[in-house]
Amino acid sequence: MLTDKQTIISQLRKEILHLEGFKAASETAIVKGMEGIEAAFPNGVFPTGTIHEFVASGEYASACLGFISSLVSSLVLNESTCLWISTSRDIFPSSLKSLGIEPDRVIFIDLKRERDVLWATEEALKCEGLSVVVAELREISFAQSRRLQLATEKSRVTGFILLKDKKINSTPCTARWQVKSLQSATMGDLPGVGLPRWQVELLKIKNGNPCKWQFEWTAKGLIPVPENPSQIAVTEHHQKAG
Amino acid sequence: MERRIVSIWFRYLLTDWLTVRQPDLKDKALVFVIAQRGRKVVTAINRKAAIEGISIGMPLADAKALVPDIHSVDENPGHKDRLLKAIGEWCIRFTPIVSIDAPDGLFLDASGCTHLWNGEKAYLQEIISKFNQKGYHVKAAMADTAGAAWAVAHFGDNACVIESGKQSEAILNLPPNSLRLETPVLERLYKLGLKTVSSFISMPRSVLRRRFGESLLLRLGLAIGNEAEFLEPIQPVEPYQERLPCLEPIRTATGIEIAIQNLLEALCKRLQAEGNGLREAILKCYRIDGRIVQAAIGTNMPSCNPQHLFKLFEIKISSIEPALGIELFVLDAFKIEEIKPGQEALWKTVQADTNNVIQLLDRIGNKLGAETIHRYLPEEHYLPERSIRASSSINEKPAISWRTDKPRPIELLHKPEPIEVTAPIPDYPPMLFRYKGKVYPVSKADGPERIEQAWWLQSGEHRDYYIVEDPEGQRFWLFRSGHYDSGRKHNWFIHGFFA
Repeated sequence: MLTDKQTIISQLRKEILHLEGFKAASETAIVKGMEGIEAAFPNGVFPTGTIHEFVASGEYASACLGFISSLVSSLVLNESTCLWISTSRDIFPSSLKSLGIEPDRVIFIDLKRERDVLWATEEALKCEGLSVVVAELREISFAQSRRLQLATEKSRVTGFILLKDKKINSTPCTARWQVKSLQSATMGDLPGVGLPRWQVELLKIKNGNPCKWQFEWTAKGLIPVPENPSQIAVTEHHQKAG
Repeated sequence: MERRIVSIWFRYLLTDWLTVRQPDLKDKALVFVIAQRGRKVVTAINRKAAIEGISIGMPLADAKALVPDIHSVDENPGHKDRLLKAIGEWCIRFTPIVSIDAPDGLFLDASGCTHLWNGEKAYLQEIISKFNQKGYHVKAAMADTAGAAWAVAHFGDNACVIESGKQSEAILNLPPNSLRLETPVLERLYKLGLKTVSSFISMPRSVLRRRFGESLLLRLGLAIGNEAEFLEPIQPVEPYQERLPCLEPIRTATGIEIAIQNLLEALCKRLQAEGNGLREAILKCYRIDGRIVQAAIGTNMPSCNPQHLFKLFEIKISSIEPALGIELFVLDAFKIEEIKPGQEALWKTVQADTNNVIQLLDRIGNKLGAETIHRYLPEEHYLPERSIRASSSINEKPAISWRTDKPRPIELLHKPEPIEVTAPIPDYPPMLFRYKGKVYPVSKADGPERIEQAWWLQSGEHRDYYIVEDPEGQRFWLFRSGHYDSGRKHNWFIHGFFA
């Protein structure tokens, strides 16, 4: 009886989303390694084919880049290409491999002006052959963000916009994230640096529930950090050795 | 680059042609005749007839007196020219520039072709043996000038390669006929007893001009190389160019758009038929004030798709200033490549996706510059800045796999920046460091990972890399250059940031 009620409720929720004009992500584009955080997304599916914004001010830029890379790695499937557009790029391609991306499938576009980045991003988001477009910007206005959002709606390309400015404008993006780095942990407090660990905050999500998690990037992908610290240390060190 | 010309002389062109088709004529005296002034005159002979003493220009009746069972064939006017042209077209396998040397020879411009046959001797031998196999008697020679090659082919040894710059020595002992002179000049030379080129080549030019006229000097110059000889190719290499003259000067963007579309359609039609694609093209707009405005485009992959190429030009239209009007558009494709036919994938649409991406990159490259697009492949080096290399092609596959055994930072500074550190000596990781005026205490550290300099490429000290983490969880990649030395101040650097 209870399960019946729940299915009816979820059915109704889906119908409401449909009436609100929400387009469901295609069934095939299942994003791997997202267990545990899917509850926050509409229908429990990571929304692809839209714009995600990442707020990365100053010192947390590299943690944010790491988290974006881990998301990209789960979206870049088969032979598809990823475009990385920025003005001042420091990304080291070799490191992307350990974050799960084939570095030779990423094409970097290094431009001088923010205006050109916006133009190139819009053109790229219109291109159906790409899977993900990552753009690094200082800030984005409502109109600019709207243009990018409209471009993705036709082509179903996922756009990740990394904003370096602290000031956040209100934009029509689907999701806005904030990533901060966390102290890594090693097994039994042994000396040394552990695996990358981030505090990921979903500040805004359309038709979803904003949420906050702690993640660790392991060989298996993104793993939520469990409550008991000693437990994770064992598994993580096990993988590091392998 | 120096020119190398091959002259081929077909001694018995027509008779050889007939003998190939009727092999039983091989041992007979064979002549071609043509009716002239009420009698038949011999125009072509074969080897057997030549031995019997028959020569070209002899009446057929005289020839029959010499050889009663002579086989004579009426010559079809123009047949010889057609045959020579067909042979010339066949010769394009040896060089793209083949020119007809009437009445019975060919010139081949072999400049830059001979290395494909392992040298000039082998090249010439190949030509002669190919013709001999087919049943044609040929004599051929190679020299810097067409004149010298012709002279040696007709009057020298067969398959003779005259070394570069030695053409005047080569023709010294040949008769004056070898200079392709007119009959009156030749007669006068023989009358004066000048029976070889060497007997008059050293005479003053003024004397030669007075006695024999300007033509002898010209022919001599052509043979030695003082005069340039132009060879007219059978199949001229047509440039990939389209022109669009306008009756009324074009002043609007729409007009320019239509012009570009017309030009591209015509050019792409030709490219498509030849299986080629465009890599670089330039549009020249001739304005009525005499100025020329240009717009250039380039593509990442050869393309003959007018819609795509038009999109590339569309970005540039705003930079074309028509001023008072444009009266002529010229589209020049100066870099053409063969299109590799893409295999249609049955299940996946990877090919279509790649095409889309390439078209996107073309657009970005044309608007913002091709140098903005980067793609990286791994290199076998330990130094981080040398471990990647920019690839110029979109489809190039990595030759080695990417290394993941050592942690590498997600952000790598283009140049390591010096930092001030407090570190226990001699080789412990730092306890704190100062970077850009901010002090970072170190709570966790890993290392060192020593990377030696690639001494065969550059000099310098080895680096000891440490991964350090501050209490907020930011991770840095620091290194000490060289060994610890209390006398030195700045030997610590920051090189990157981990995710």
